[in-house]
Amino acid sequence: MNQIAATQAWLRRNLFSDAFSGLTTLLLLGGAVYWLPGLIDWMLLQAVFEPDAAACQTVNHAGACWGVVAEKYRFILFGRYPHAEQWRPLLATALLLAVIFASGMRLLNRKFLLTAWALALPAFFILMGGGSFGLTPVGSDQWGGLPLTLLLATMGMLLAFPLAIMVALGRQSGLPLLRGLCTLYVELVRGVPLISVLFLASFLFPIILPQGFSIDVLLRVQAGIVLFAAAYLSETIRGGLQAVPGGQHDAAAALGLGRWQAMRWIILPQALRAVVPSMMNSAVSVFKDTSLVTVVSLYELTGSLSLALAGDAEWRSFHLEGYLFIGGIYWIGCYSMSRFSRGMESKVGAGATAM
Amino acid sequence: MQGRRQRELGIQALLAAALLAVLWWLLDVTAANMAERGIRSGFDFLTEPAGFAIGESLLPFDSADSTLLALAAGLANTLRVALPAILISTLLGTLIGLGRLSTNLLLRGLCTAYVETLRNVPLLLQLLAWYFVVTDLLPLASEALQLTPHVFLSKSGLSLPWFGGDGSLIDLPLRGDMGIVGGAALTPEFLALLLGLSLYTAAYVAETVRAGIQSVPRGQSDAALALGLTRAQLFRLVLLPQALRSIIPPLTNQHLSLTKNASLAVAIGYPDLVSVANTTLNQTGRAAECIALIMAVYLILSLLTAWLSAWLERRSGRWAERS
Repeated sequence: MNQIAATQAWLRRNLFSDAFSGLTTLLLLGGAVYWLPGLIDWMLLQAVFEPDAAACQTVNHAGACWGVVAEKYRFILFGRYPHAEQWRPLLATALLLAVIFASGMRLLNRKFLLTAWALALPAFFILMGGGSFGLTPVGSDQWGGLPLTLLLATMGMLLAFPLAIMVALGRQSGLPLLRGLCTLYVELVRGVPLISVLFLASFLFPIILPQGFSIDVLLRVQAGIVLFAAAYLSETIRGGLQAVPGGQHDAAAALGLGRWQAMRWIILPQALRAVVPSMMNSAVSVFKDTSLVTVVSLYELTGSLSLALAGDAEWRSFHLEGYLFIGGIYWIGCYSMSRFSRGMESKVGAGATAM
Repeated sequence: MQGRRQRELGIQALLAAALLAVLWWLLDVTAANMAERGIRSGFDFLTEPAGFAIGESLLPFDSADSTLLALAAGLANTLRVALPAILISTLLGTLIGLGRLSTNLLLRGLCTAYVETLRNVPLLLQLLAWYFVVTDLLPLASEALQLTPHVFLSKSGLSLPWFGGDGSLIDLPLRGDMGIVGGAALTPEFLALLLGLSLYTAAYVAETVRAGIQSVPRGQSDAALALGLTRAQLFRLVLLPQALRSIIPPLTNQHLSLTKNASLAVAIGYPDLVSVANTTLNQTGRAAECIALIMAVYLILSLLTAWLSAWLERRSGRWAERS
């Protein structure tokens, strides 16, 4: 009896609190009854799961053709990497993901974590590039898919971070010239679209650099992503620096710490801790933005999907299923990062994130 | 004190010297590289005939017109998609943001799902998917879907009634065996870009609106309800004026991001500024000039938006004080 009353109270509070709410509930339920069966039909009941192009053609979009994923997943995930060697990008990806996961979950203490990164990054490049330990060399023009996406995003954040700290400190410097330069850099980059920075990296870097000093397109695009991400990240860090109460500077000075010592031991740790959630948002943006490198002909996840399907007359009409597949991969990455950031937010405390 | 000042001046002089040296060296290397590869420089290409056509344009344009006009047509196309997308994303985003604060569990869940899905998938992927849906999965023009009378949706885009050009007041599109005749047609590229930009940005606008409303202290709602205001009055007279102050700055940022994101048009072949500049770059080889043009135009748009935002903020402050 009590149970029923409680359920009724819950229903009233959450679904029928007033006329408008009740109407909304009925409308949404009606919509669900109308749309859901068709959706389930398309996604599961009529869908083709085997890599069978003829079956997919017969169903003719009445059901999803997940067979396209079953047929092409290796091409989508690893791009043009030589088929027989694809255990290497798989292992490299797993390694990098494991270190990222361990860092986020704080599975290791700081010393082990640094060692893990110092081992994982070279291992990633050795596995991908080969040329030593008896691995066949694979040029970076053949790297593609998920490992390339992860590489661009991870290195983008890792390298942008120290640059962003320097720029943020530069903007607080007492030297007007340095301050002006840092401000110019940040405002310039934040005012233009990422594509223009990627064009710059891809078309202009080769002309600017001396002859015989050519660096390959992957490195140039990576540099573009780092420069772009650092501008946004430095604004976040500057916000953190401004949020540290002035008393902290005074206290550090009273203890006899120099300006740099105070920055290193007192101010920066507090500033960075306060903006961890916003920095995670930057990481999510960088991860999503890596998809743009397909415009300058690097075949990361989005690019390798087009590469896998566009040229194949049998499968090309099932792009949508492919987009849903890689969309799912991006979604898992971004959603876990933003969940992590929200977890941090509650740990850091509302006061520190109010700014 | 004097010593410190002198040291600071010294450091800045060194910094300036180092900067000039690096710039000098880069220019020198660039000039040498360009001479060796036979790349010409300068903006003279702007007045020469473009030599390429533009798929759709508000300004009348053909390939004999100057490159400058082509770029202007590109900029007009950027604004043609960005302005309606800003309008749609702001309206839709506000509704979804309010939905996330609803007392109704289903509505709240639906709006949360929308935000979490759209925000966590790259915009480029969404644009490609929309473009594919329009150009591949919709029916042919001769079998176009009729949404409402005289509004047709097909592989060839969306056809709408429009003002007639020759004497008639209104020009209605009609479906025939050969496709759709008459009315105004929105191309698949425009449709996909408009849809993708609007829906993606709406998720961000929703979060901005929600955060803005939640930033108003709870006591304000309690006090208003205690005074006997209805929920609608509470929202219009108490929450909105206070929330607007914290909503407008991030909202204009979203609008600016949307305009910058319109540059993804290049991936689906809509001739926006970046696409046209990219074509020009490939035809003339003037990479530095084309990229500088793109960046300059976007910087000017950013400055204009910052200025507009400051003006709006002042106005909304006054409005909040008055009401």
